[in-house]
Amino acid sequence: MLSELNNLLFQDASFSYANGFALHHINLFVPYGQMVGLLGSNGSGKTTLLRLATGVLTPAEGDVSVGGVSLKKLLRRAVAQRIAVVPQQFNIPFAYTVEEVVLLGRTPFVRGLAGESKRDRQMVSNALELTGMIGFRNRYFNDLSGGERQKAVLAMALAQEPTLLLLDEPTSHLDISHQVEILELLRKLNREKKVTVVAAMHDLNLAALYFERLVLLNHGLVFADGSPDEVITKEIIQQVFSATVEVTRHPKVPVPQIVLLLPDSKLNR
Amino acid sequence: MRKHTSAIMFGLTVALLAAVLVAVSVGPVKISIPVILKMLLHKLSIYNNTAGWQTTQELIIFQVRLPRVLGGVLVGAALSTAGVLFQGLFRNPMADPYIIGTAAGAAFGATLAMLLPLSLVFYGFGLVPIAAFLGALGSVVTVYRLARFGGKAPIVSMLLAGFVMSSFLVAIVMLLLTMSDRLGLRIQQVFAFLMGGISVTYWQQIAVIAPLVLIGIIVTQFFAGHLNAFSIGEEGAAYLGIDVEREKMIILGIGSLLTACAVSLGGLIGFVGLIMPHAMRLILGPDHRLLLPASALAGASFLVIADLLARTLLSPAEIPVGVLTAIIGAPFFIYLLRRSRREYAF
Repeated sequence: MLSELNNLLFQDASFSYANGFALHHINLFVPYGQMVGLLGSNGSGKTTLLRLATGVLTPAEGDVSVGGVSLKKLLRRAVAQRIAVVPQQFNIPFAYTVEEVVLLGRTPFVRGLAGESKRDRQMVSNALELTGMIGFRNRYFNDLSGGERQKAVLAMALAQEPTLLLLDEPTSHLDISHQVEILELLRKLNREKKVTVVAAMHDLNLAALYFERLVLLNHGLVFADGSPDEVITKEIIQQVFSATVEVTRHPKVPVPQIVLLLPDSKLNR
Repeated sequence: MRKHTSAIMFGLTVALLAAVLVAVSVGPVKISIPVILKMLLHKLSIYNNTAGWQTTQELIIFQVRLPRVLGGVLVGAALSTAGVLFQGLFRNPMADPYIIGTAAGAAFGATLAMLLPLSLVFYGFGLVPIAAFLGALGSVVTVYRLARFGGKAPIVSMLLAGFVMSSFLVAIVMLLLTMSDRLGLRIQQVFAFLMGGISVTYWQQIAVIAPLVLIGIIVTQFFAGHLNAFSIGEEGAAYLGIDVEREKMIILGIGSLLTACAVSLGGLIGFVGLIMPHAMRLILGPDHRLLLPASALAGASFLVIADLLARTLLSPAEIPVGVLTAIIGAPFFIYLLRRSRREYAF
């Protein structure tokens, strides 16, 4: 039942922007509780695919559904009660505290003049606790470091009690320790809270380490879809990223890792 | 937290009542506050001793000062609320109630009305305020339609369309002003409208505008939580479950209606709608659920005091209230900006 209710399904979904960029006939099924890394070079369509999954973009052809319901048929509020998004850019031009930002995650649940309920408060506290941001609740969001901000945004998304969490490059701009911290957090949420996670990733090695399934986009098409071992191969990476790589094994975890080789001319210097 | 909030709202309400009483009391004929209170109680048939004041004093209070002061309350509350709405929606510190063309539209309408050899009074309003009201709304509707493309009216397009529209209409007003001799346009009259000044001569004006402003302010309260969500941008707001285009249209509509109401009573009074929302944000923080009502009350008090000074400082001459709002408002705002504990992170 749960697996029927909570999944993300792209059925032959196509979309094109006015400037010509397009996603072509995307077929993708993400079952309940999966953790999927979305890979691809800049401009391959990762963000567009995520936007289609949030319902802010509507496919020109085909359909995108969540929990068996087409996103076209759901009100924004109903969508936001199921799906939370951590966007690539998040800035807030006013002096909100961390707690106030996380409380924004309750927006789809608060109606009209009624203020936040006890349950809303509780969900905010839980989200702050889970992300380790409880000690920062009264700090101003804009005073935080990049890593802390990302955790606060994640807490906001969690306060939405999503069954599906979409993230657009959640670890870009972060140092290694914060990258690991965010990904550990995502893994914990995925395993303990059974949140389905779909995240666009740039770092192939981190993606291979943390995601059970990788979907690689190339020029608006799904180029490869499978386990890290199936997607991170020398041939595929060279073809999609036009980079010369060697694929090795991670010394401790049974996943592939890539090592970048320099183009020949630079090797000779 | 809640206690704190209600204490602030209570304090601001008391401040507004005090400002109103003082403003009604002060003038060429000084009438003490206790006497005014007795008059009010008598009007409400609670107190029936008419000793202690003269009929002329009663006339001054009820026919001259009270309508004007209440006009100030409405204009101040409407402009501050509209300022909060536009700053919140546009996420822009320079946004004020006039940003998307309302001011230029009002000036254009008012100037056209001054050219017409017509005088009519409709529900207590002359042709000029009516034309200003319609000009303000007409301009916003045009800006919105110009900025709208494919079912969406992006904020940047709207700001640009508003700027272009304003420049265009202001240019026409300037053109009319340069031809004022030939057209028989009184420059002084146009100038007075542009500087702003509360002009309420009939209770009917209050009776028309008060319900509009009050309903507008009450309805904004329903959108306060969603304005918080708009703080993270339109796409972020959509992710939080907001029907962005629909709510944007409603918020713009209410803000523009409030501005048009203010313009019809006071001309183009600047600064209140820009500075009061900032001042309240510095003191109370950015939560619109508190910011909206607090700004309405504080804006009302501020304008009542500014208008009091405008008519008394150089009495019997009157200073344009728009000049005074900037002269008192700017130092007050700088003071807040310097001492605020909330870092102003725009």
